Order: sequence, then C-alpha cells, then structure tokens
Amino acid sequence: MPTPILDILWIIPLLPLLGGAINGLFGAKWPNKTVNTVALGSTGLSFLAALEAVREFFEQGQQLVHKEFFDWIVAGSFRAGFDLQMDQLTVVMVLVVTGVGFLIHIYSTGYMAHEGGYYRFFSYLNLFMFFMLILVLAANYVLLFVGWEGVGLASYLLIGFYFLKKSASDAGKKAFIVNRIGDFGFMLGMFLLFKTFGTLDFTSLVAKADPWSHESWGQFGTFTVACLLLFMGACGKSAQLPLYVWLPDAMEGPTPVSALIHAATMVTAGVYVVARSHVLFIHSETALVVVAIVGCATAFFAATIGLLQTDIKKVLAYSTVSQLGYMFLGCGVGAFGAGIFHLMTHAFFKALLFLAAGSVIHAMGGEQNMLHMGGLSKKIKITYWTMLIATLAITGFPPLAGFFSKDSILFAAFTKPGGHPLYAIGLLTALLTSFYMFRLIFLTFHGQQRYDEHHVHVHESPWSMLGPLVILAVLSVIGGWMAAPSFWGGEDHFTSFLSPVFGATREAQGALSEAAAHSLELTLAVVAVVAALIGLLTAFWLYLKQPGKPTEIAKSLKPIYTTLYNKYYVDELYGAAIVKPLLAISTNVLWKVIDVEAIDGTVNGIAHGATATGDVARRTQSGNTRSYAVWVVIGALAVLVIVFWPAIRALAGGAE
Amino acid sequence: MVPTNYYLILSAILFGLGTVAFVFKRNIITIFMSIELMLNAVNLAFVAFSQAFGKVEGQVFVLFVIVVAAAEAAVGLGIIILIQRNRQSLNVEKVNLLKL
Repeated sequence: MPTPILDILWIIPLLPLLGGAINGLFGAKWPNKTVNTVALGSTGLSFLAALEAVREFFEQGQQLVHKEFFDWIVAGSFRAGFDLQMDQLTVVMVLVVTGVGFLIHIYSTGYMAHEGGYYRFFSYLNLFMFFMLILVLAANYVLLFVGWEGVGLASYLLIGFYFLKKSASDAGKKAFIVNRIGDFGFMLGMFLLFKTFGTLDFTSLVAKADPWSHESWGQFGTFTVACLLLFMGACGKSAQLPLYVWLPDAMEGPTPVSALIHAATMVTAGVYVVARSHVLFIHSETALVVVAIVGCATAFFAATIGLLQTDIKKVLAYSTVSQLGYMFLGCGVGAFGAGIFHLMTHAFFKALLFLAAGSVIHAMGGEQNMLHMGGLSKKIKITYWTMLIATLAITGFPPLAGFFSKDSILFAAFTKPGGHPLYAIGLLTALLTSFYMFRLIFLTFHGQQRYDEHHVHVHESPWSMLGPLVILAVLSVIGGWMAAPSFWGGEDHFTSFLSPVFGATREAQGALSEAAAHSLELTLAVVAVVAALIGLLTAFWLYLKQPGKPTEIAKSLKPIYTTLYNKYYVDELYGAAIVKPLLAISTNVLWKVIDVEAIDGTVNGIAHGATATGDVARRTQSGNTRSYAVWVVIGALAVLVIVFWPAIRALAGGAE
Repeated sequence: MVPTNYYLILSAILFGLGTVAFVFKRNIITIFMSIELMLNAVNLAFVAFSQAFGKVEGQVFVLFVIVVAAAEAAVGLGIIILIQRNRQSLNVEKVNLLKL
C-alpha cells in the first residue's frame, strides 16, 4: 500500500514549486510543448494529490489532520514549524485552488501561445500555485504569512508581466505597495496574538482563546484590536475599502492571471483568513460589525463604479471587489460558512467570466473597450453561452451557483439583529450587479456591430481555451446545489459540512422557528431574484431598446455621472493625500538633505579631507630625485655622527 | 701581508667615490652603479675586518650583501627599463611627478 497523501501533505504544494523551478531555470530554450508538459503536469498531479488527500480525509471520518514536518523557527517558547493541516475549510480551499488553477493553466496554454516569455509566465503561475497552497494548508499564522507574502510576490510578477509597458510595471508596484499597508497590520495582529496567547498555531490558539470572555460593542480589548489588525491585512489582500485601489489596476496583467489570482484565489485569501480566525472574531462584537460594514460598503461602492466602466476587464475587476465585499458581509454577520460558500461559487463563475472575457479579447485581437464591440454573440457562440451562464450565476438567478451563495449571505444579514440596513444595501448591490453585468453582456454580444470588420477578424478561440470555459460553466451551474435542499426544508449541506470548523454559526436562526425561517428564506430569495430581474430589464431597456438613452441620462445627471466615471476620484485623492506628500518629502528631505547633504556630504568630506591633507603634506617633497640622494647622504652622515659621538668626544678629550 | 688599514682606506675611498657619484650623477644607470660601488666598498671592509679579527661572520655578511644586491639589481633594472619606456630618458631630473 502506498503512503497515504495525508502523511505527505507537503507534496501538494511542492509539485507546483518543482514545476515552476524547472521551467524557470531551464525553460528559456524549450519549445512551448515541453513547458506545457512541465507546468500542466505539476499542477495536474498536485490536483490529483489534493483529490486523493480529500478522499483519505473523508475515509478517516473528517477528523482534523495536523502534521508537523519540520521546525522552521524555534526561539524560546516560540515555535513556528512547517506544519500543514487539513480540515473541512482546507478541503474547500485546496480543491478550489488546485482545480480552478489547473483549468486556468490549460486555458493559458491557448491564450499565451503567441506571447513572448512563455516559460516565464508558467514559471510564475506555478510559483503562485505553490504559495497559495502553502497559504491554505498552513497550520499556523507564520506559515500562512509565508504563503500570503508569496502570493503577493507572484501577483506582482504577473501583473508586471509585460514589464516593458510602463502602466503594467506601475500597476505591479501599486499592488505590492498597497498590500504592504495591509501586511503591516497583519503582522502587528500576529505579534499581539503571540504576546497574549503564546502560540500562533491555529488549533492551540483556538483552544486557548475559547474560554476568554466576549468583548461587547465598543470595547477595545485584545480580541478587538487583534482582529481589526488581521482584518487590515485582509482588506489589503482582498481589495476592500480603503485598500481596494490596486485590484482594478492589476488588470494590466494577462487575462488568465486576472482570472486565477485577481478573481478566483489570491484575493479571497483575506476572506479565508477571517474565516480561519473566526474564533477570534466571534469574541469581538466590534470587529465583526466592522467587517460587515466594510464588506457591505465595499460591495456597494465598487458596484457603483462598475456601472460606468467601459473596459471589459475593469467591469469584472470592480465586480470582484464588490463580490469580495459580499463574502466579508457574510463573515461579518457571523455566517462564515456562507462567506466561504460564496468564495467557492465566486471562484467558479468569476474565473469563468474572466476567461470568457479573455476569449472575447482574443477574438477581437486585443480590444478591451466594450464600446468597440457589439453583436459578437453569433460569431463566438461558445464564449457567449458560457459567459451568459456565468453572468446569470453572478447575478443570482436560480438554480445557478450564485443564487444560493448570495442568498445565504443576504439571509444571514437579514436575520442578524440590526442587520436590516446591511441587507438593504446588499440587495441594492445585487440589483446594481445585475445591471452592470447585463450591460457588459449587451454591449459586448448584442446590439449593433461597432467595430471595423476589415480590421478585426473575429474568431472563436481554440479548444484549449474553450474546454476550461465549458467545465467552469458546468461548475457555475451546479456549484451551489449543495445548499439547495434548504429551500425545500432540508439542510444546507455546505454549511453543515463546514460546521465542524465554524461550529453553529447560525445562532440568529435559532430565534426563529423552523417554519418561519424557511418561509422567510423563500421570501428573501424571491425578493433577490426580483431585484436581479429589475437590473436585467433596466440594462436591456437602456442598452438594447434605447441605445441613445444612456448618454441622455449621463447629461442630465452630470455631477453623479462624472464622479462615478472617475471612480469617485479615489486614486486622485490618494495621489494628493499620500503619494504627493510622500514624494515631496522623499525628494526634498530624504534625497536632497539627508542623502545628498548628510550621507554623500560625509563620504565626500572625508575624501576632500584626505586630498587637502595630501596637498599640504606633499610640500615636504621636492620631487627632485637627486636632492633625495643628497638627503640620504646627509642622513647617513648624521647617523654616523650620532653613533660615534662618544668615540669622537673621547678622541677630542684624548687630544686635549 | 698587507696591513688592514690599507684595505680600510681603499674601502673608504671607493665608498666616497660612490657617494659623490650617487649625489651628482644624472643618469639613473650611473647612480645605480654607484650604489653597487658603495655596497662593494662595504664588502671590502667586511672582508678586511674578518681577516684581521680571524672571524668568519664578516665573510658571511658579505654573502648576504651580494645576495641582496643581486635582488636589488633585478628590481632596480626593471624600474629603469620602465622609466626609459615611459619617459624616453634616463635623466633623473625628468622623473619628477611629485614636484609641485
């Protein structure tokens, strides 16, 4: 019998690392096929290993698996080991990361086929897989942080993949720097947790934190501060207010990267961390409320920006920010299971949306502006249908995946005491989501053709790209069915699957009777579908029936229109409030005073001093070789006289 | 037997000639040769004393001096060749980079 994968969990992240290393070191001269074999082989094997690990996990009765492989940092009572663990939450994350990751790898072989730096791309992509798997498998915060920073690095490298383009390398730097702000909080949070509990291992931390008393609203104890600091890190990674600005810019990277890193996996790491730390968060009322409010506000805020974007990928980027807000809203109202559920379904349909958008861009020969598309539905049928399915899923039409996950979040928000405003904003956001997503569909695939047929040869993408689209479309349809029985009175299988991790998180539901909760859930679902329908019809009316209307409305609501069109001027605000002063201080103080005057001044001063001393000292030298000879002789004579002075005296004395 | 004094006087004369040439000559090779002359004057004195006192150390010292002089000649001639190449002259007056 072969070794159980659960005993060698490290194989799951190690395979992509090996693939990335091999491609990165030797791939430069290899043909694309060899690079494909290494990259796809390593991720595919990793996916299979993950599947096998999950099978073994179920076989042994879903007990938490915790393996210590080797010590990494040991100092006094502090120990951070290379420890991996597997529980129900990890199962979901590992399958999403390896599964969706593998599909996107396949897609990339088609999408990147004609790009330079092919091996480099796959090397980075595999590196990302490695760090992401470390992140989700880690059994302590320190190892999680390794993965956390690693995916940031991979994200930076891939956003700046076209590094000759100034905007791309700038976007990479922006992502990296904005994330630093969040990571600062994350590290402080870790330090505080270690100081208080003396451990950063998830299992023992939970055991130690559990007996502590809960902190009520407005009470700033250890839990509140630690959770808010951790949440600051999550805000950076998961692009929440006020640190969301990097994600839309990150669309400079190749589209498969946007799908894998900036939609399906990396950006959900923040949600994962909040869910992983749920024991800490439920100890602090304040932290939970902050998470819910930030999530809700981000969801709404990003959705409003998404309404007017014309770049197909930018719309999807703001949509991602908005959907991540939903996940945090779910976590914030205590429905961690619902948050993770939405994370999973979102990974399916948002990856699909991005990949389909990539297929559209591919078909249009690089055009990303939706105003220059239109009427594509007949030309690229498979792309159109898969993208339509994803749109229906994200806007929450039953029985697609997004309907169930979004509904369970909105339900949790509604039943939370005092959660009605959150629910209202969430519902409004669902309406806006439906509007901008169908606006995207109508502008891209329907209506008049707005491009020059002689310049653009619209063509369907190869099957290496369409295959993943079809598989993801199937997942977007059936991904939510685990939760479906709750609609006819049964249990939500997904939430009950995660309940060993999160415990009974649906406390609020306990207040309602079973039947009342059920009818309420149905009512809310109907309301949500109606909201999505309104969004759909509005988009239909504005962009297909009355194509002139949007400009008219834009004119009559000019201030609102320009504010939204310029994304609330947030980038400009940050530029004026943070970047400009920072640059000014750097230039005028750090560079011109500290660097030039103090540091360079000291170094140059020493050199000048040496020269000046030399100038004085060289005057003792005549430079005339013959005079040196004379001095040597005189010196020798002087030595002679001194040595023989007593003898000379004696001679002189003797003469007297 | 020649008295020791004679050797010493010859040695002093040779040393004096060497010193004068060392100071007044301009050609580097001449200066170099005058140094050799002084060294050999000293050698002569060593040998004379060695013989006068019946001790062998003086002769040992002479061997040392000859060895050192050989090494010095190797280095010195190397320097001289470089000076000739760089300045197309052997005049010490022209080797004056340090001069202000």
